[in-house]
Amino acid sequence: MKEWPLWEVFIRSQHGLAHKHVGSLHAPDAEMAIKNARDVYTRRNEGVSIWVVRSADITASSPGDKEALFEPAASKVYRHPTFFPMPDEVKGI
Amino acid sequence: MRREEALFQYLLRLGDSALVLAQRLGEWTGKAPVIEEDLAMANTALDLLGQARMWLTYAGEVEGKGRDEDSLAFLRDASGFRNVLLVEQPNGSFADTLARQFYFDAWNLRALRALSGSADERVAAIAQKSAKEAAYHLERSTDWVVRLGDGTDESHARMQAAIDDLWMYTGELFEGDAVDQAMVEAGVGFDPAALREPWLAEVKSVLTEATLALPAPGYMQRGGKQGVHTEKLGYLLAEMQFLQRAYPGAQW
Repeated sequence: MKEWPLWEVFIRSQHGLAHKHVGSLHAPDAEMAIKNARDVYTRRNEGVSIWVVRSADITASSPGDKEALFEPAASKVYRHPTFFPMPDEVKGI
Repeated sequence: MRREEALFQYLLRLGDSALVLAQRLGEWTGKAPVIEEDLAMANTALDLLGQARMWLTYAGEVEGKGRDEDSLAFLRDASGFRNVLLVEQPNGSFADTLARQFYFDAWNLRALRALSGSADERVAAIAQKSAKEAAYHLERSTDWVVRLGDGTDESHARMQAAIDDLWMYTGELFEGDAVDQAMVEAGVGFDPAALREPWLAEVKSVLTEATLALPAPGYMQRGGKQGVHTEKLGYLLAEMQFLQRAYPGAQW
Protein backbone atom coordinates (compact mmCIF):
# COMPACT_ATOMS: atom_id res chain seq x y z
CA MET A 1 0.00 0.00 0.00
CA LYS A 2 1.96 2.92 -1.28
CA GLU A 3 0.19 5.57 0.81
CA TRP A 4 1.34 3.96 4.05
CA PRO A 5 4.38 5.69 5.53
CA LEU A 6 7.62 3.88 6.16
CA TRP A 7 8.70 3.29 9.77
CA GLU A 8 12.10 2.46 11.20
CA VAL A 9 12.03 -0.23 13.87
CA PHE A 10 14.27 -0.41 16.94
CA ILE A 11 14.24 -3.44 19.23
CA ARG A 12 15.77 -3.85 22.66
CA SER A 13 16.77 -7.47 23.06
CA GLN A 14 16.54 -9.59 26.19
CA HIS A 15 19.97 -8.64 27.47
CA GLY A 16 20.60 -5.52 25.43
CA LEU A 17 20.77 -2.16 27.09
CA ALA A 18 19.95 -0.07 24.05
CA HIS A 19 17.38 -0.29 21.30
CA LYS A 20 19.00 -1.37 18.07
CA HIS A 21 17.85 -0.64 14.55
CA VAL A 22 16.55 -3.85 13.00
CA GLY A 23 14.83 -2.72 9.82
CA SER A 24 11.83 -0.89 8.47
CA LEU A 25 8.23 -1.57 7.52
CA HIS A 26 5.04 0.06 6.29
CA ALA A 27 2.09 0.83 8.56
CA PRO A 28 -0.82 3.30 8.55
CA ASP A 29 0.02 4.73 11.99
CA ALA A 30 2.36 4.35 14.96
CA GLU A 31 0.21 1.85 16.86
CA MET A 32 -0.06 -0.47 13.87
CA ALA A 33 3.65 0.00 13.22
CA ILE A 34 4.36 -1.40 16.71
CA LYS A 35 2.08 -4.36 16.03
CA ASN A 36 3.61 -4.98 12.62
CA ALA A 37 7.08 -4.75 14.15
CA ARG A 38 6.03 -7.31 16.75
CA ASP A 39 4.89 -9.66 13.99
CA VAL A 40 7.77 -9.05 11.60
CA TYR A 41 10.78 -8.63 13.89
CA THR A 42 10.08 -10.40 17.21
CA ARG A 43 8.80 -13.77 16.00
CA ARG A 44 11.81 -15.55 17.45
CA ASN A 45 11.83 -14.03 20.89
CA GLU A 46 14.18 -11.23 19.89
CA GLY A 47 12.87 -8.42 21.96
CA VAL A 48 11.44 -6.99 25.15
CA SER A 49 10.76 -3.47 23.87
CA ILE A 50 9.99 -1.88 20.51
CA TRP A 51 10.42 1.68 19.26
CA VAL A 52 9.16 2.90 15.92
CA VAL A 53 9.81 6.24 14.28
CA ARG A 54 8.71 7.54 10.93
CA SER A 55 11.56 7.22 8.47
CA ALA A 56 10.76 10.73 7.26
CA ASP A 57 11.50 12.07 10.74
CA ILE A 58 15.07 10.83 10.68
CA THR A 59 17.67 13.33 9.54
CA ALA A 60 20.65 11.52 8.09
CA SER A 61 24.12 12.74 7.31
CA SER A 62 24.83 13.01 3.63
CA PRO A 63 27.24 10.48 2.12
CA GLY A 64 28.81 13.42 0.23
CA ASP A 65 29.87 14.97 3.52
CA LYS A 66 31.81 11.90 4.54
CA GLU A 67 35.25 13.45 4.11
CA ALA A 68 34.43 16.60 6.01
CA LEU A 69 32.65 14.77 8.78
CA PHE A 70 34.80 11.76 9.42
CA GLU A 71 38.25 12.05 7.89
CA PRO A 72 39.62 14.62 10.35
CA ALA A 73 39.16 12.08 13.14
CA ALA A 74 41.26 9.49 11.35
CA SER A 75 44.58 11.22 12.02
CA LYS A 76 43.95 11.96 15.69
CA VAL A 77 45.11 8.79 17.36
CA TYR A 78 45.61 10.68 20.62
CA ARG A 79 41.82 10.65 21.03
CA HIS A 80 41.96 6.92 21.65
CA PRO A 81 42.83 6.08 25.23
CA THR A 82 45.71 3.84 24.14
CA PHE A 83 48.55 5.80 25.72
CA PHE A 84 47.84 4.94 29.30
CA PRO A 85 49.65 1.98 30.85
CA MET A 86 46.97 -0.19 32.45
CA PRO A 87 47.68 -2.24 35.58
CA ASP A 88 47.48 -5.98 34.94
CA GLU A 89 44.68 -6.40 37.49
CA VAL A 90 42.29 -4.35 35.33
CA LYS A 91 40.46 -6.73 33.07
CA GLY A 92 38.37 -6.20 30.02
CA ILE A 93 40.00 -3.10 28.59
CA MET B 1 -24.28 -38.24 28.51
CA ARG B 2 -21.11 -39.87 29.78
CA ARG B 3 -18.53 -37.40 31.00
CA GLU B 4 -15.82 -38.71 28.63
CA GLU B 5 -18.09 -38.52 25.61
CA ALA B 6 -19.12 -34.95 26.47
CA LEU B 7 -15.50 -33.95 27.09
CA PHE B 8 -14.44 -35.46 23.76
CA GLN B 9 -17.10 -33.46 21.91
CA TYR B 10 -16.22 -30.35 23.88
CA LEU B 11 -12.52 -30.62 23.00
CA LEU B 12 -13.36 -31.23 19.34
CA ARG B 13 -15.38 -28.01 19.28
CA LEU B 14 -12.51 -26.01 20.71
CA GLY B 15 -9.89 -27.69 18.56
CA ASP B 16 -11.84 -27.68 15.31
CA SER B 17 -12.77 -24.00 15.59
CA ALA B 18 -9.09 -23.10 16.03
CA LEU B 19 -7.99 -25.50 13.29
CA VAL B 20 -10.48 -24.36 10.66
CA LEU B 21 -9.79 -20.68 11.33
CA ALA B 22 -6.04 -21.35 11.13
CA GLN B 23 -6.56 -22.98 7.74
CA ARG B 24 -8.64 -20.02 6.54
CA LEU B 25 -6.02 -17.50 7.65
CA GLY B 26 -3.33 -19.59 6.03
CA GLU B 27 -5.09 -19.06 2.70
CA TRP B 28 -3.92 -15.43 2.84
CA THR B 29 -0.27 -16.42 2.83
CA GLY B 30 1.36 -14.79 -0.17
CA LYS B 31 -1.81 -12.86 -1.01
CA ALA B 32 -2.29 -10.37 1.80
CA PRO B 33 -2.47 -6.66 0.85
CA VAL B 34 0.99 -5.96 2.29
CA ILE B 35 3.82 -8.16 3.49
CA GLU B 36 3.40 -6.97 7.09
CA GLU B 37 -0.18 -8.28 7.07
CA ASP B 38 0.91 -11.46 5.35
CA LEU B 39 3.20 -12.20 8.28
CA ALA B 40 0.71 -11.08 10.91
CA MET B 41 -2.01 -13.27 9.43
CA ALA B 42 0.34 -16.26 9.27
CA ASN B 43 1.42 -15.64 12.88
CA THR B 44 -2.19 -15.69 14.03
CA ALA B 45 -2.83 -18.81 11.94
CA LEU B 46 0.12 -20.56 13.57
CA ASP B 47 -1.00 -19.54 17.06
CA LEU B 48 -4.42 -21.02 16.36
CA LEU B 49 -2.91 -24.13 14.84
CA GLY B 50 -0.87 -24.58 18.02
CA GLN B 51 -4.04 -24.28 20.08
CA ALA B 52 -5.83 -26.75 17.80
CA ARG B 53 -3.02 -29.27 18.21
CA MET B 54 -3.25 -29.15 22.00
CA TRP B 55 -7.04 -29.48 22.03
CA LEU B 56 -7.12 -32.28 19.46
CA THR B 57 -4.27 -34.24 21.04
CA TYR B 58 -6.18 -34.19 24.30
CA ALA B 59 -9.42 -35.07 22.50
CA GLY B 60 -7.76 -38.13 21.00
CA GLU B 61 -6.54 -39.24 24.42
CA VAL B 62 -9.96 -38.75 25.99
CA GLU B 63 -11.62 -40.72 23.20
CA GLY B 64 -9.18 -43.54 23.81
CA LYS B 65 -9.36 -45.08 20.34
CA GLY B 66 -5.80 -44.34 19.40
CA ARG B 67 -6.53 -41.28 17.27
CA ASP B 68 -3.91 -38.53 17.44
CA GLU B 69 -4.10 -34.87 16.39
CA ASP B 70 -3.26 -35.76 12.79
CA SER B 71 -5.88 -38.45 12.33
CA LEU B 72 -8.48 -36.16 13.87
CA ALA B 73 -7.49 -33.25 11.63
CA PHE B 74 -6.96 -35.07 8.36
CA LEU B 75 -9.15 -38.16 8.43
CA ARG B 76 -12.55 -36.86 9.50
CA ASP B 77 -15.22 -35.77 7.03
CA ALA B 78 -17.07 -32.46 7.31
CA SER B 79 -19.88 -33.99 9.35
CA GLY B 80 -17.31 -35.08 11.93
CA PHE B 81 -16.09 -31.52 12.49
CA ARG B 82 -17.48 -29.60 15.44
CA ASN B 83 -16.23 -26.05 14.71
CA VAL B 84 -18.60 -23.10 14.87
CA LEU B 85 -19.96 -21.98 11.49
CA LEU B 86 -18.35 -18.54 11.82
CA VAL B 87 -14.80 -19.77 11.28
CA GLU B 88 -15.49 -21.79 8.13
CA GLN B 89 -16.86 -18.76 6.27
CA PRO B 90 -14.64 -17.82 3.32
CA ASN B 91 -12.00 -15.12 3.60
CA GLY B 92 -13.80 -12.77 1.21
CA SER B 93 -12.19 -9.35 1.30
CA PHE B 94 -9.72 -8.16 3.91
CA ALA B 95 -12.67 -6.59 5.74
CA ASP B 96 -14.58 -9.91 5.75
CA THR B 97 -11.55 -11.70 7.17
CA LEU B 98 -11.07 -9.08 9.87
CA ALA B 99 -14.76 -8.99 10.84
CA ARG B 100 -14.73 -12.78 11.21
CA GLN B 101 -11.54 -12.55 13.22
CA PHE B 102 -12.86 -9.81 15.48
CA TYR B 103 -16.09 -11.68 16.28
CA PHE B 104 -14.12 -14.83 16.96
CA ASP B 105 -11.28 -13.25 18.94
CA ALA B 106 -13.69 -11.38 21.21
CA TRP B 107 -15.38 -14.72 21.95
CA ASN B 108 -12.24 -16.86 22.05
CA LEU B 109 -10.46 -14.69 24.61
CA ARG B 110 -13.44 -14.85 26.96
CA ALA B 111 -13.90 -18.57 26.39
CA LEU B 112 -10.23 -19.24 27.14
CA ARG B 113 -10.29 -17.07 30.25
CA ALA B 114 -13.35 -18.94 31.48
CA LEU B 115 -11.62 -22.27 30.77
CA SER B 116 -8.48 -21.13 32.59
CA GLY B 117 -10.29 -21.95 35.82
CA SER B 118 -11.48 -25.35 34.62
CA ALA B 119 -11.61 -28.27 37.04
CA ASP B 120 -9.83 -30.27 34.34
CA GLU B 121 -6.17 -29.35 34.81
CA ARG B 122 -5.23 -30.09 31.21
CA VAL B 123 -8.03 -27.88 29.89
CA ALA B 124 -7.01 -25.11 32.28
CA ALA B 125 -3.36 -25.33 31.22
CA ILE B 126 -4.15 -25.20 27.48
CA ALA B 127 -6.54 -22.30 28.02
CA GLN B 128 -4.07 -20.30 30.10
CA LYS B 129 -1.37 -20.64 27.47
CA SER B 130 -3.73 -19.82 24.60
CA ALA B 131 -5.37 -16.83 26.29
CA LYS B 132 -2.18 -14.78 26.00
CA GLU B 133 -2.12 -15.34 22.25
CA ALA B 134 -5.84 -14.63 21.94
CA ALA B 135 -5.42 -11.31 23.78
CA TYR B 136 -3.01 -10.15 21.10
CA HIS B 137 -5.23 -11.44 18.30
CA LEU B 138 -8.12 -9.43 19.68
CA GLU B 139 -6.04 -6.26 19.95
CA ARG B 140 -5.01 -6.63 16.36
CA SER B 141 -8.42 -7.41 14.87
CA THR B 142 -9.98 -4.63 16.97
CA ASP B 143 -7.44 -2.16 15.60
CA TRP B 144 -8.32 -3.13 12.07
CA VAL B 145 -12.07 -2.97 12.54
CA VAL B 146 -11.67 0.54 13.94
CA ARG B 147 -9.28 1.68 11.23
CA LEU B 148 -11.28 0.30 8.35
CA GLY B 149 -14.61 1.40 9.85
CA ASP B 150 -13.37 4.88 10.63
CA GLY B 151 -11.30 5.10 7.46
CA THR B 152 -12.33 6.06 3.95
CA ASP B 153 -15.90 5.86 2.59
CA GLU B 154 -14.89 2.71 0.74
CA SER B 155 -13.32 0.97 3.73
CA HIS B 156 -16.23 2.00 5.95
CA ALA B 157 -18.79 0.55 3.53
CA ARG B 158 -16.89 -2.70 3.16
CA MET B 159 -16.34 -3.11 6.89
CA GLN B 160 -20.02 -2.47 7.62
CA ALA B 161 -21.04 -5.01 4.98
CA ALA B 162 -18.67 -7.59 6.48
CA ILE B 163 -19.93 -6.95 10.02
CA ASP B 164 -23.52 -7.35 8.79
CA ASP B 165 -22.91 -10.44 6.63
CA LEU B 166 -21.22 -12.45 9.36
CA TRP B 167 -23.58 -11.43 12.14
CA MET B 168 -25.85 -14.43 11.63
CA TYR B 169 -22.99 -16.77 12.51
CA THR B 170 -22.37 -15.20 15.93
CA GLY B 171 -25.48 -16.53 17.68
CA GLU B 172 -24.15 -20.07 17.77
CA LEU B 173 -21.23 -18.98 19.96
CA PHE B 174 -23.60 -18.43 22.86
CA GLU B 175 -25.97 -21.37 22.45
CA GLY B 176 -25.48 -24.27 24.79
CA ASP B 177 -26.60 -27.87 24.34
CA ALA B 178 -26.32 -31.13 26.28
CA VAL B 179 -22.54 -31.20 25.83
CA ASP B 180 -22.13 -27.70 27.27
CA GLN B 181 -24.52 -28.58 30.06
CA ALA B 182 -22.57 -31.70 31.00
CA MET B 183 -19.30 -29.76 30.99
CA VAL B 184 -20.72 -26.99 33.17
CA GLU B 185 -21.97 -29.60 35.66
CA ALA B 186 -18.56 -31.27 35.70
CA GLY B 187 -16.89 -27.92 36.38
CA VAL B 188 -14.87 -28.36 33.19
CA GLY B 189 -16.59 -25.90 30.85
CA PHE B 190 -18.47 -22.62 30.92
CA ASP B 191 -22.03 -21.63 30.16
CA PRO B 192 -21.93 -20.19 26.60
CA ALA B 193 -24.88 -17.89 27.29
CA ALA B 194 -22.92 -16.21 30.08
CA LEU B 195 -20.38 -14.91 27.58
CA ARG B 196 -22.96 -13.16 25.44
CA GLU B 197 -23.39 -9.94 27.42
CA PRO B 198 -19.69 -9.16 27.86
CA TRP B 199 -19.04 -10.10 24.23
CA LEU B 200 -21.84 -7.89 23.02
CA ALA B 201 -20.68 -5.00 25.18
CA GLU B 202 -17.22 -5.19 23.68
CA VAL B 203 -18.51 -5.54 20.11
CA LYS B 204 -20.79 -2.55 20.63
CA SER B 205 -18.03 -0.37 21.98
CA VAL B 206 -15.60 -1.28 19.19
CA LEU B 207 -18.22 -0.76 16.49
CA THR B 208 -19.10 2.61 17.99
CA GLU B 209 -15.47 3.67 17.94
CA ALA B 210 -15.28 2.43 14.36
CA THR B 211 -18.36 4.52 13.45
CA LEU B 212 -20.10 1.27 12.45
CA ALA B 213 -23.65 0.21 13.24
CA LEU B 214 -24.42 -2.89 15.31
CA PRO B 215 -26.36 -5.30 13.09
CA ALA B 216 -30.06 -5.64 13.85
CA PRO B 217 -31.14 -8.81 15.66
CA GLY B 218 -32.17 -11.44 13.14
CA TYR B 219 -32.12 -15.10 12.27
CA MET B 220 -29.04 -16.90 13.55
CA GLN B 221 -27.45 -19.88 11.80
CA ARG B 222 -26.54 -22.80 14.01
CA GLY B 223 -25.38 -26.40 13.77
CA GLY B 224 -21.60 -26.29 13.47
CA LYS B 225 -21.07 -27.49 17.03
CA GLN B 226 -23.27 -30.51 16.22
CA GLY B 227 -21.59 -31.25 12.88
CA VAL B 228 -24.08 -29.58 10.52
CA HIS B 229 -21.97 -27.27 8.38
CA THR B 230 -22.23 -24.87 5.47
CA GLU B 231 -21.01 -26.31 2.18
CA LYS B 232 -17.90 -24.13 2.44
CA LEU B 233 -16.31 -26.44 5.00
CA GLY B 234 -16.14 -29.30 2.50
CA TYR B 235 -13.98 -27.29 0.10
CA LEU B 236 -11.72 -26.18 2.91
CA LEU B 237 -11.24 -29.77 4.08
CA ALA B 238 -10.65 -31.00 0.53
CA GLU B 239 -7.65 -28.72 0.32
CA MET B 240 -6.43 -29.25 3.88
CA GLN B 241 -6.78 -33.03 3.85
CA PHE B 242 -5.79 -33.78 0.27
CA LEU B 243 -2.28 -34.99 0.96
CA GLN B 244 -3.14 -37.41 3.76
CA ARG B 245 -6.13 -38.71 1.83
CA ALA B 246 -4.22 -39.24 -1.39
CA TYR B 247 -1.07 -40.57 0.26
CA PRO B 248 -2.15 -42.08 3.59
CA GLY B 249 0.55 -41.85 6.24
CA ALA B 250 2.77 -39.65 4.06
CA GLN B 251 5.56 -37.92 5.96
CA TRP B 252 8.41 -35.59 5.15
